[in-house]
Amino acid sequence: MKIIKFAVSIFAVLLLAACGNESAKKTSTLDTTKSQGFVKCGVSQGLPGFSNADASGNWAGIDVDVCRAVAAAVLGDATKVKYTPLSAKERFTALQAGDIDVLSRNTTWTLERDAAIGLEFVGVNFYDGQGFMVRKKSGIKSVKDFKNGTKVCTNTGTTTELNMADFFKAAGVSYEPVVFEKADEVVQAYDSGRCDTYTTDKSGLAAQRTKLSAPDDHIVLPETISKEPLGPVVREGDATWADVVRWSLNVWIEAEEYGVNSGNIDSMMDSKNPAIQRIVGAEGTKNGAGLNLDQKWSYNLIKQVGNYAESYKRNLADTGIMPDRGPNALWTNGGILYVPPVR
Amino acid sequence: MKFINWSKQNLFANWKDSLLTITILYLFYVSMPPLLNWVFLDATFFGDSKKDCTGDGACWVFVNVWIKRFTYGMYPNDQIWRINLAFVIFFISIGSYFFVSSKIKKCIFIFLTVIFPFLAIFLFHGGSLGLEEVETRVWGGLFLTLFISVFSIIFCFPIGVLLAMGRRSNLPVIKYFSIGFIELWRGVPLITVLFMAAVMFPVFLPSGTNLDKLIRVIIAITLFESAYIAEVVRGGLQAIPRGQYDAANSIGMGYWKSHLLIILPQALKIVIPGVANTFIALFKDTPLILVVGLMELLGMVNMAKTNPAWLGLATEGYVFAAFVYFIFCFSMSRYSLGLENKLKTTN
Repeated sequence: MKIIKFAVSIFAVLLLAACGNESAKKTSTLDTTKSQGFVKCGVSQGLPGFSNADASGNWAGIDVDVCRAVAAAVLGDATKVKYTPLSAKERFTALQAGDIDVLSRNTTWTLERDAAIGLEFVGVNFYDGQGFMVRKKSGIKSVKDFKNGTKVCTNTGTTTELNMADFFKAAGVSYEPVVFEKADEVVQAYDSGRCDTYTTDKSGLAAQRTKLSAPDDHIVLPETISKEPLGPVVREGDATWADVVRWSLNVWIEAEEYGVNSGNIDSMMDSKNPAIQRIVGAEGTKNGAGLNLDQKWSYNLIKQVGNYAESYKRNLADTGIMPDRGPNALWTNGGILYVPPVR
Repeated sequence: MKFINWSKQNLFANWKDSLLTITILYLFYVSMPPLLNWVFLDATFFGDSKKDCTGDGACWVFVNVWIKRFTYGMYPNDQIWRINLAFVIFFISIGSYFFVSSKIKKCIFIFLTVIFPFLAIFLFHGGSLGLEEVETRVWGGLFLTLFISVFSIIFCFPIGVLLAMGRRSNLPVIKYFSIGFIELWRGVPLITVLFMAAVMFPVFLPSGTNLDKLIRVIIAITLFESAYIAEVVRGGLQAIPRGQYDAANSIGMGYWKSHLLIILPQALKIVIPGVANTFIALFKDTPLILVVGLMELLGMVNMAKTNPAWLGLATEGYVFAAFVYFIFCFSMSRYSLGLENKLKTTN
C-alpha cells in the first residue's frame, strides 16, 4: 500500500509541475527573437528548390527565403537565421517544444494539422499538388488515358500513396502500385521500365526528372490530383508572432504584385502610388507599428530577400525544378497567388 | 608449375569444383571491367560543378566539392580548425602512446580518458575563453559520426560491465534491476529509443530547461548499447571457471578486488571479439540519427544529393559513404584482432 501511495503522490507532483509550466510559457516569441538576435527556423533535410545547403554551407530555397524574410523584417538582417534541419516526423514537436519558432519545411496545410496538434498555419508560399510523369512514346496525354492495370511507381507511406488510391478509385481504373521507401529507388524503378507512370508532388516530379537517363523522353501530365498548399507554421497561442510571419509572407508576395523588387526599391521609396508607399513603408505610413516592428521592416525584407518572383526565379525556375509558375503565378497572371492587401 | 599443381588440387579437383571456379571467374570477368571503368577509368575527379562530369563514369567531382560538408557538416568554415586541432591532438597522443616509456604511457592514458574529452567538447562547442560558441545544431558529417560513436563507446562500456556484474549479483534488488534494464533496452528498436529521446523527452521537460538534442541522443545510444555490452560481458564472466572465484576468495579478496584483479581481466579478454562486434554495430547504427534531424555523414550525403545543382549523383555519394564506413569498421576490426593477439596467453 505504501508503495502505491508513494507512486501516486509522485505522479501528482509531476502533474502539478507540468501544469505550472504550461502557464509559465507565455513569453512572447517576438520579444525573445529581438533580444536573442536571431530567428530559429526549422527547414528540411534537403528538398531541391525548397531548402538545401550548398557546398560552402549556406542555406537556399524558397522555404529558406521565408525564414530570411522574417529575419529581415524583425531584425533588419536576413542572415540572422539559425536553421535546424528536421525530419518529417519530428518537425511539429520541435516547434511545440520551442526548438524552433518558425517551421518552413514544405508542410501541407490541412484541417487535421491546423486544428489538432496546436499549430497555426499562417499562409501559403507554394501551391503544390500531386501529378503524374509518363514516357512520351506511351501516347498518354492526360490522366484520362490511363488503362486498367497501369503500373504506378511511388513512395510508400505518404499521402501520395493515399491520393493515388483515391484517384484511381474515383476514375474506376484498376492499377498496380509499385512502392519504394526512397525517392531514388522510385526513380530508378521508373527509369528501368518497371512501371508505366511515376507519381509524386509536381515540384518533386520535375526535380526527379533530371535524374532520369533521358529526361526529354518523359513528360509531366497537366492534371493535378491533390491539393498541397505548403506554407510556414508557428506555435498556436502567440498571435503577435503569427502576425509577423504572416505579413512578412504577404508583403513578400504583394511586392511582386506592385513590381517592387530588391533592385528598384530605393527609387520606389519616392513612389506616388499609395499602395506602393505602404508596401515599402515610405514616409507617413505606419505599417510596422501594428506588428511591433520598425518602419523599415518591409524595406529590409524586399531589399535583402527580394520579392516572391525573385525568390521563385532564383530557387525554382533557374534551377530547372519548376520553370513554369503554374498555380504559383499571381492572381493577376492566371495563378492563384492572392494575398490580403498590405494597408 | 607449383601454381598449376596448387590449382589442380584446390580449384579443379573434381567437376563440381571446376564448375564453381569457372562460374566465379566468369562473374568476375563480367562485372569487374565495368566497375573499374565506372570507378576509375571513365570517372571525373576534378572540377567545380556537375557540368565538369563529361565521362560515363562516376562523378567524383561531387565528393570533391562537398568533402568539407561531408566531413564537418554545417560547422562554420572559419571555425573548422577547432575540430582539426582536437583530432590532431587525439591522433598525436594515440600515436605517441606506442613509442614512449610506460611511465609516460600512464600520463597519456589519463590525459586521453580524463582531460581530453572535456578539452574536445570545449573546442567543439566553445562559448567561453574567446572561442565563439558553435551550437550542436550545426555539427554534422563524419565529425558528428565520430563524436557520437566515440562518446557512446566510452560511456556504454563501463555501464555494460557493471550491468553484467549486477545481473550475476546475489543481491536481489541489483540483480532484478539489471535484468529489467537489460531486457527493456534490448526489447525495443534503437529507432524508437531515438524518437523518444529527441521528440518525446522535451515534452516532459519543464519549459525553459532544455537538454541539448545531441546529448539526449548520445545518452539514448549509450543506454541502448550498454545492454548489449552487458550480455556480451556476462558471457565472458560465465566462462571463468568457479575455481578462479574460489581462489580469489581464499586469499582474502573481497568482491570488488577479486573482480577487478582476477575475474574481469580474464573475462574481458575472452569477450574482445564480441565487444568489438557491438562497437562496430554501434558505429554503423549512427546513421539512424537522421530520423531525429541530426546530419551525420550519410545525412550530409543525402542533403548534398538533393541540391538542385547536384541532382542525380546519389550513387557516388553512397559509394563514398560506404567507403568511409568500411575504412573505420575495418580498422576497428583489425585493432580488436591485434588486441586479441597481444593479450593471448597460453592456458
